[in-house]
Amino acid sequence: MTDLLAVETSAGPADAVAGVRITPVDAVGLEQRAASLCTRSIKTSSKADALDLAIRVMDLTTLEGADTPERVQALCTRARHPDAADWSVPPVAAVCVYPELVPVAAEALADSPVAVASVAGGFPAGLAPLDARMAEIAWAVAAGADEVDIVLNRSAFLSGRYQKAYDEIAAAKQACGSAHLKVILETGELGSYDQIRQSSMLAMVAGADFIKTSTGKIGTSATPAVALCMAEAIRDMAEQTGRAVGLKLAGGIRTAKQAWHYLVIVGETLGSGWLTPERFRLGASSLLNDVLMQRAKLLDGRYQRREDFSVD
Amino acid sequence: MSDRLAVNKTYKQFIGGAFERSESGRSYPVAGAGGELLANAIQGSRKDVRDAVAAARSAQAGWAGRTAYNRGQVLYRVAEVMESRRDEFSAEVARAGDGCSHEAAAQETASAIDRWVWYAGWADKFSTVLGGANPVAGPYFNLSVPEPVGVVGIVVPDEPPLLPLVSRLAPVIVSGNTAVVLASQRCPLVAITLAETLALSDVPSGVVNILTGHRNELVSPLAGHVAVDSLDLTGCDAELAADAARQAAATITRVVSASAAERQWADESAQSPYLIDVFCETKTVWHPKGR
Repeated sequence: MTDLLAVETSAGPADAVAGVRITPVDAVGLEQRAASLCTRSIKTSSKADALDLAIRVMDLTTLEGADTPERVQALCTRARHPDAADWSVPPVAAVCVYPELVPVAAEALADSPVAVASVAGGFPAGLAPLDARMAEIAWAVAAGADEVDIVLNRSAFLSGRYQKAYDEIAAAKQACGSAHLKVILETGELGSYDQIRQSSMLAMVAGADFIKTSTGKIGTSATPAVALCMAEAIRDMAEQTGRAVGLKLAGGIRTAKQAWHYLVIVGETLGSGWLTPERFRLGASSLLNDVLMQRAKLLDGRYQRREDFSVD
Repeated sequence: MSDRLAVNKTYKQFIGGAFERSESGRSYPVAGAGGELLANAIQGSRKDVRDAVAAARSAQAGWAGRTAYNRGQVLYRVAEVMESRRDEFSAEVARAGDGCSHEAAAQETASAIDRWVWYAGWADKFSTVLGGANPVAGPYFNLSVPEPVGVVGIVVPDEPPLLPLVSRLAPVIVSGNTAVVLASQRCPLVAITLAETLALSDVPSGVVNILTGHRNELVSPLAGHVAVDSLDLTGCDAELAADAARQAAATITRVVSASAAERQWADESAQSPYLIDVFCETKTVWHPKGR
């Protein structure tokens, strides 16, 4: 903690959080490495495994003002059996909704392996009064959320008030109790890979079980370079402290091809130990249909038609 | 000028409004009448078929949503641009395949241009002729309207090089369908020159996609593609057509092939409003009549 305070008073970028070293990021090298990992070609049986894995790590998400209980129930039905015509398709990892709809999702998923995730803590800006944010988290957990997605206080982080950002995440972790805490960094608003690396470290040290790229509410979302940057931060964290933190990529992931590019990035950076729902998630809404289309193509050899797959 | 190096054209596939090499990176030599090398054409792959169908699919609603009058104008514009490049088309036709005299090539080019104009004229007339108001026993208006089926795959016969391509393509797109064309395997070059004309003629990107390559590689993924709504197998031999029809049946894709009369390419029997109709689906609407 003393290191964190030390950072707060210095004018330059943070180089350590609570004793954990933060290495600077080589932006050109990072982007080039991420791009080269995205050229990997995946064939036949590996592709089939990658598609099934993409489904198993998916957080099926609906975060719209127009979400109704019926819509969430329909989404939960899809989460259990993503393809109504083919029950060999595995269930997704979790369904992610707004707090008010957590009871609906919890009831619909009661006897299933699918977890209920809730955004909370003043999503998507994270600038509601602190008491209100903590109360929202506690409410969502009490209502049945197994996982809580909060946002980093970018206002505090970007103005150099690292201690405040840290304390809020630590408080949120307490409010979560036994539920898993995912911290959304909203990388599109952080400005540089160095800031992404620093905020990743800050969130992990403060107690995050997962760090997550984006809310999906702004234009810039997960990119391969951002995913690689955060995966490297997680690797550093694991090497320095032995703690394994999960990675969730969200926003803008729409095609099966993008999904397996991310699987390659995570697998190559963190090892296959991270390619499980416990340590890796893909937050998406429209990705599932494309994965199901590619899966059907692998099974019957025909290129598929989008209209033949469910809208929601 | 004698020692000047010729600058030869690269004949690339036409997918989604862009001229692209194959995803597979392959090409194949195209021979002229005397066996001499004319050029290397792109040897497309099944992934090119996939990309072309995706482009055709996304362009279809917008093209069908144009007014009939506008589609007619766009087709007429194709004829205008071809007319200005008559000599280029004639030269390409004359040296393609078995080759023909310059007079015969000029005649084929002129017929192809006239065929565009003929179908352009049908754009705002075929639904009146092929559809109509039906008398029914009740207080309703009952209207039948031909609507485009969607994405049509067209396998063009080998020869002649130009006229069959235009004769099969124009009736497909005039009603609002989009097309994925497998060009003649033996004479693919003039099809790509036509694609250049289309790219300059207000035809929206993706409405016509032209692939070159080996039929026995490309017909199967095209016929099996679930997003292809109708297939014109005029350019397939009996064995390939039977195989494609089997694939098409599994996804309820309509299969069409030119009749003997329609294969008299230079004759009027090769053009007909019923060729537009065969790539349409009739929608019937009931509307209550006021009292």
